[in-house]
Amino acid sequence: MKAGVVVFPGSNCDHDCYYALSNVVEIDTKYIWHKESRLDDFDLVVLPGGFSYGDYLRSGAIAKHSPIMDAIVDFANKGGHVLGICNGFQVLTEVGLLPGALIKNRGLKFICKYVDLIVENSRTVFTSYYNNGEIISIPIAHMDGNYYIDDKGLSELIENEQIVFRYCDSKGETNDVNNPNGSVYNIAGIINKNGNVMGLMPHPERCAEKIFGGDGFYLFESIKNFFKGV
Amino acid sequence: MKIKVEVRFKEGILDPQGQTILNTLNRKGYDFISDVRVGKVIELEIDDDIKKYDKKIEEICHSILTNPIIEDYKIIY
Repeated sequence: MKAGVVVFPGSNCDHDCYYALSNVVEIDTKYIWHKESRLDDFDLVVLPGGFSYGDYLRSGAIAKHSPIMDAIVDFANKGGHVLGICNGFQVLTEVGLLPGALIKNRGLKFICKYVDLIVENSRTVFTSYYNNGEIISIPIAHMDGNYYIDDKGLSELIENEQIVFRYCDSKGETNDVNNPNGSVYNIAGIINKNGNVMGLMPHPERCAEKIFGGDGFYLFESIKNFFKGV
Repeated sequence: MKIKVEVRFKEGILDPQGQTILNTLNRKGYDFISDVRVGKVIELEIDDDIKKYDKKIEEICHSILTNPIIEDYKIIY
């Protein structure tokens, strides 16, 4: 299989994503420059974390209009697999590939720490190596990670099992105290209805190796397993 | 000519900056303030007859300057 990591001006997790994909789970990986207007024959495109275009206007708002994004939307609409991490998640909501929006953390602080997440849906291409209800520890590092969606949208996410990760405590309780940023329903990651586009605020690429905890490894391994033989 | 676009959060969406300012105002004794909403103003300069671009400006506001899921805007000529 072939993976591509998009590089926007201001991306700062592109190398970590590349490392996790290429060196840790050994997928053939290339960088994709934001000025490209065509995609090569990738199986997976990753939008990495960072502050694309300085997060001017809104997080992800300028990246949405960069040349590569039309090709990525087209790729996703044709069933191509897209993973957005942190700023990448913000870009995916801005461009409309995922519902909702990400606004400023309710505490107005940049938060950088490991958080506990409960896996809500392990029947996705991105999470098959986890178990439903499993509690994993993955770092967050964001200012605008407060996921917003209206009540109707939330009902649809729940009904369609589109919520993949939620913030919780070490026992899996998902209450307000364990919600680091004010996200609706403690949502940390969601997937689209077709199951080919996922976005999450936590950074699995920062803990894909044992020395960093290792819980992020299984996300990349799930993807690799799905494309086994491709 | 200059056009101003006022952008603010939709009603019902928590505005963390507004809440923080409100808390400070109330703590400082300005307890007659019951809510604060923070927005932004974007100025667009046009060297031509503005009327020709009404539709284009709406389009810019809707697709680039704001995220309609969370924000409303007002165009001030």
